[in-house]
Amino acid sequence: MRELLEILERNSRVSVSELASMLQKSEYEIENDIARLEKEKIILSYGTLINWERFGDDNVVAIIEINLTPQREFGFDAIAERIYRFDEVRTVYLMSGNFDLLVIIEGKSLKEVANFVSTRLSTIDGVTQTRSHFMLKAYKKDGVILDNDEQDRRLVVSP
Amino acid sequence: MIWSNKLSNSVQSIAPSGIRKFFDIAAKMKDVISLGVGEPDFVTPWTIRESCVYGLERGYTSYTANRGTLELREEIARHYKNRYALNYDVDKEILVTVGVSEALDIALRAIINPGDEVLIPEPCYVSYQACTILAGGVPISVPAKIENEFRITPEELEPHVTNKTKAILIGYPNNPTGAIMERADLIKLADFAEAHDLVVISDEIYGDLTYKGVHECFAALPKMKDRTILLNGFSKAYAMTGWRIGYALSNPDFIGAMTKIHQYTMLCAPITAQMAAVEALRHGEKYMKKMVAEYDRRRNLIYDGFNKMGLNCFEPRGAFYIFPDISSSGLTSEEFAEKLIQAEHVALVPGSAFGKSGANHVRCSYATNIEKISEALNRIEHFLTRIR
Repeated sequence: MRELLEILERNSRVSVSELASMLQKSEYEIENDIARLEKEKIILSYGTLINWERFGDDNVVAIIEINLTPQREFGFDAIAERIYRFDEVRTVYLMSGNFDLLVIIEGKSLKEVANFVSTRLSTIDGVTQTRSHFMLKAYKKDGVILDNDEQDRRLVVSP
Repeated sequence: MIWSNKLSNSVQSIAPSGIRKFFDIAAKMKDVISLGVGEPDFVTPWTIRESCVYGLERGYTSYTANRGTLELREEIARHYKNRYALNYDVDKEILVTVGVSEALDIALRAIINPGDEVLIPEPCYVSYQACTILAGGVPISVPAKIENEFRITPEELEPHVTNKTKAILIGYPNNPTGAIMERADLIKLADFAEAHDLVVISDEIYGDLTYKGVHECFAALPKMKDRTILLNGFSKAYAMTGWRIGYALSNPDFIGAMTKIHQYTMLCAPITAQMAAVEALRHGEKYMKKMVAEYDRRRNLIYDGFNKMGLNCFEPRGAFYIFPDISSSGLTSEEFAEKLIQAEHVALVPGSAFGKSGANHVRCSYATNIEKISEALNRIEHFLTRIR
């Protein structure tokens, strides 16, 4: 099962028949495995990694460090939920160290993101401090180097 | 002025490689999918490349000891001790070479007197016969049979033994067939070598690339360590073909003799590649295992694909080649390869390039990504339906 997940994590477009061959299972078994993994929410979505900058978009990405006052009974979870339900919020992690939540936000402009932080995030009860860092350039994302010029330099035929 | 009559007889007696023609055709096409490549499609893992860069920055640009750096010989010794419980003396029994190619050449030159015969199971890597001839020996090709999944047996070798037979040269896991030898097969071969007092040159460059079971090292068989010249390198397992780094392991007499040739011809292997090789042995294993797992998935895919098309092939258990029988197409392997590349732009290598017993086969390398393998299989199937 791990091998199936590893293949799909890298390329979710591999066909069921290819997966069946690669993993020495029947297509029926592969379909069942995938259905079960989806049902158990182990497989959550089939995304595509896109270099939006190359496409021409100039979105702004900000990484926000947030300090919280934990709530009785809920700890950080309730506040994290209030934050992650915003569409603008792409990623939320609970962290060890000098701050509590690491939040990644995407917006159309610096102003829009700054606005969102000051009006929506900072104002949430329990948020004591925010520090915003704007991303300047992405080199590698989810294990993929964005501008990779390594290519197949092998001879077409060799012994 | 004709200069060719000035050439040595041994060079003139060697036929040029049968692969060249397909290279020339493929080089002119744009959308070729190549299953003809005999090297990994992975780039050398970054940790290995980075260690070489670091070495260059610190000024490691000199010659090394003829036998290779002590550091690398120690890592090789440690590797064989851990993996196969073999103890090679760092000072006397290990020689670092410029790829297995050099190791093979000097191993043959070290042991062969003019006219000595070398038994070579076929199909085999293209340079075995040529290197034997260049060393002044006589290659005696012994065809292995597809019924035995291209494993060679003492019964097949026995009739070819004469009083001039000096050595047997084997390469398992095998290029081009993907065949391996099980321990029981190798033990029979070891008994045969001992009975006829033959030197065994064992090219184990694909030893780390085995599937469904582990590689059996010939030198690790009982009483075979000193009789064997074990050849290995970093090209295939660590995706380091262009670094040109390999090694030979054997008794002090053989390694001493090989070192003599090596010191006068090559002097030493490049220091940069030796540093990278140290890193490969120290930290490369997890990357190697990842690559092997990926080859295994591709192997399953291509093996299934050929079976579904009705091309007869046995399941390859090592290296990254599959060797389907294409005689049902009614074509020879050269015709098949040439027509396939013209019609469908898929390059592969005719089995005849690896010896007469490969004549009904083609060698397909699966050191290529899944998308390309799938597309190549589609094209080959299309080709077969058209010609059948």
